[in-house]
Amino acid sequence: MMSKVVRSVARLATPAVLTFGLYVIMHGHVTSGGGFQGGAVFASAAALLLVAFGSERVKEHMKIPALTGIAVSGAVIFIGLGFAGLATTFFYNLFVGSPVFGHVPPFGPAHEDIWTAGVIPLMNIGVALNVVAGLTAIMVVMAIASENKRDGE
Amino acid sequence: MSTIITNAPFIAVAALACVGIYIMLSQRNLIKIVMGITIFEAAVNLFLVSLGYRNDGIAPIFTNATGIHMVLPVPQAMTLTSIVIGVATTAMMLTLIVLIYRHTGETDAKKSRRVKG
Amino acid sequence: MARKVAIGFTLVIVGTMLFATALMMRPFGEPPSAMDDYILENTQETTGANNAVSAVVFDWRGYDTLGEATVLFTAVTAVVMLLRRRKDEAPE
Repeated sequence: MMSKVVRSVARLATPAVLTFGLYVIMHGHVTSGGGFQGGAVFASAAALLLVAFGSERVKEHMKIPALTGIAVSGAVIFIGLGFAGLATTFFYNLFVGSPVFGHVPPFGPAHEDIWTAGVIPLMNIGVALNVVAGLTAIMVVMAIASENKRDGE
Repeated sequence: MSTIITNAPFIAVAALACVGIYIMLSQRNLIKIVMGITIFEAAVNLFLVSLGYRNDGIAPIFTNATGIHMVLPVPQAMTLTSIVIGVATTAMMLTLIVLIYRHTGETDAKKSRRVKG
Repeated sequence: MARKVAIGFTLVIVGTMLFATALMMRPFGEPPSAMDDYILENTQETTGANNAVSAVVFDWRGYDTLGEATVLFTAVTAVVMLLRRRKDEAPE
């Protein structure tokens, strides 16, 4: 638990960090970014909260079974999208040309168009859930394991 | 002499790798050894990225691009994978250090060698 | 004393090999690029993505991303399992 200035600034900065992380995840197929990069930015907000508020207050809100549930669902989404195009090959991009994320840009410099790239934005979301929940679970478990005991060790 | 100026990223990779190997060999605290391993992994990632540069190339993104002479995208994808695997390895090593400290009470690499029962 | 001599000797040999390799490598900025030229030309009509790096990570080389997601998931599972604290163990 750090001083009052640090805690107030952490309270103000956390929504900005979370919004930026979500922007990097969702725009992975238009500009730089993607699942892994945005997931790391999103999990750094959890690190900020752990350092500013101490692990005793944070561990009541981030429970380990919920975090592992989110990680598992992210991995299942990623693998399920790989199996979805199994009629042709494994990992086939089957949404190109269809109404869901299906614009095909011509070769060369293009305008910003978020409805492109087929199955890639959905894979970005799956990988981002996996990375966010994984990194947060590692940090919370290590913070719990290095607490100081109070009752005479 | 002009080879040194042209190949400057590769010389930086060699210097970082030497620093990493020196830390791994000469330190006795377990956490400092993990820091040396992390520095060595950073040198390897820098080498992978700097293999894919083309002279006067831009980023390989077609949105609002200014031309079509781009750097190679495949080494960047390989480096992404390598960074994530480095994070996983470092997390596992730090967990083992916490367990060694709980079991023997030491973080010195020489004194924590006997793990009894 | 013998330990310092051994470390210095190892470092001299490894450092010489690394720096000699760095000076003898291909000039920086001229990579062989047959595969990447093909990928850059055919990304927008095959995958429909405007970002070549994301298309390479998730479409042209999707198996590597599958392996990496598995490694990360396995590491998280192992860390959570190893640092568990049982309720009935003796105080350390």
